[in-house]
Amino acid sequence: MTAALVRALGDFDLAEELVQEALLEAVEHWPKDGIPDKPGAWLLTTARRKAVDLFRRKARFREKLALLEGASMRDDMAEGDDRLRLIFTCCHPALSREAQVALTLRAVGGLTTTEIARAFITSEATIAQRIVRAKRKIVDAKIPYRVPAEADMGERLAEVLAVLYLMFNEGYLATAGERASRRDLAEDAVWLAGLMVRLMPDEPEALGLLALMRLHLARADSRFDQHGNLVLLQDQDRSRWDQERIASAMVVLQRAAALRRAGPYQLQAAIAACHAEARSWPETDWRQIVGLYDALLELMPSPVVQLNRAIAHRYLDGAQAALPEVDALAEALDDYYLFHATRAELLRDLGRDAEGRAALARALELTANPAERALLRRRLG
Amino acid sequence: MKYVLLFGDTKERAKQWDSMPEAQKVAAYGPINQWFGKYGSKITGGHELQPERTATTVKFNNGKAVVTDGPFIEGKEVIGGYAEVDVADIDEAIKMAKEWPTGGLVEVRPVVDRGEPQR
Repeated sequence: MTAALVRALGDFDLAEELVQEALLEAVEHWPKDGIPDKPGAWLLTTARRKAVDLFRRKARFREKLALLEGASMRDDMAEGDDRLRLIFTCCHPALSREAQVALTLRAVGGLTTTEIARAFITSEATIAQRIVRAKRKIVDAKIPYRVPAEADMGERLAEVLAVLYLMFNEGYLATAGERASRRDLAEDAVWLAGLMVRLMPDEPEALGLLALMRLHLARADSRFDQHGNLVLLQDQDRSRWDQERIASAMVVLQRAAALRRAGPYQLQAAIAACHAEARSWPETDWRQIVGLYDALLELMPSPVVQLNRAIAHRYLDGAQAALPEVDALAEALDDYYLFHATRAELLRDLGRDAEGRAALARALELTANPAERALLRRRLG
Repeated sequence: MKYVLLFGDTKERAKQWDSMPEAQKVAAYGPINQWFGKYGSKITGGHELQPERTATTVKFNNGKAVVTDGPFIEGKEVIGGYAEVDVADIDEAIKMAKEWPTGGLVEVRPVVDRGEPQR
């Protein structure tokens, strides 16, 4: 609804304010008069009426008044278009990534500044300022409020999906202790990804991202034991995985595959699906996973993906085969704790214990995440 | 909406350009001229700037003007020129910047519009 008003008014703050006022009015009237048949339409009408009132008071908005009165009530379809415009504007590449995230949560997800601040463990003032600055840039630099043209769609959609995936990881990677006190951003991100899929049903990467998120979340509960310790995929109790969620992810992934345009999110989802469908760690289809990583590397050559391929390679052909592949990444990933942790395991498998312990110690130096640190310490013994 | 595109590059590349033989420079202008030709109707002003070594800065120190040699920002990058463009929105300005043929970097800055008549 905010989206519909932003389009009509071209003013973010004002639209938000009007929606808030309309909600207040609803809180007052609905308990007395009963909830109207179409609550959304009621709110939009109320917000529009408030806007008209406001503009009547402010002569300088005369132009906008004409716009508003001329605009017919939007049906659901147009509301969808407006949401899409809003999402693409919030995730415009001219805004910083953190501003994109905050703005999307606020304007599309409907979170309050307080909720966003809690999710990122930062102050409300910081988030409020981030949003204000972003809104000012949208106005001052004239970031357009529209769905990008076909020629730019690939790039711009990738930007939106990157924002949603970052949001998801922010929630998903939170440790057990934090999870109790933080808003679940991962669920917000899944909701937004679902929204993208509804609004752009023929974009395979949007489907791929939704599938990927669902597959991760299906395993979320088994990632920590009762003491809050991190449990690795190989040690997880697979009976605790959410089979319903896995099945729903597979449906989405198949829809994506039918569109026959592979992409990084679909491939990552396919890899996650291999794990989700394996009955146990040794029964995992490592050959297929290595193949999927190879396809991913072609689209997204990155040392981290290379490292993950090497890990899968280890389970397919053994530590001896995988170690050179890992060692080749020494320069690129020297600051990455998982590189050293992986190396440590391979060295241990090969009986090179002293080197393995040194690599483990290096890994420990490089992560601040308490759950990860605890896991590495347990391995160091 | 008006924007200024600031064309920048590393100091190193700017120096290379500066010391390039004239014939080679002329060839390098081909794609640049094409760019200006393509967007002729959008470009309302702009210039290539002479190299950084020609810059002089007047700096006000407690109200007193001090003249010094050199550019006012010392950094890894230098500004080599600018174009003022009049386009619909930032997307159009970004599109133009993305097609800038020489590499380096392009900063896109909206100008302040106080609705004054054009001079």
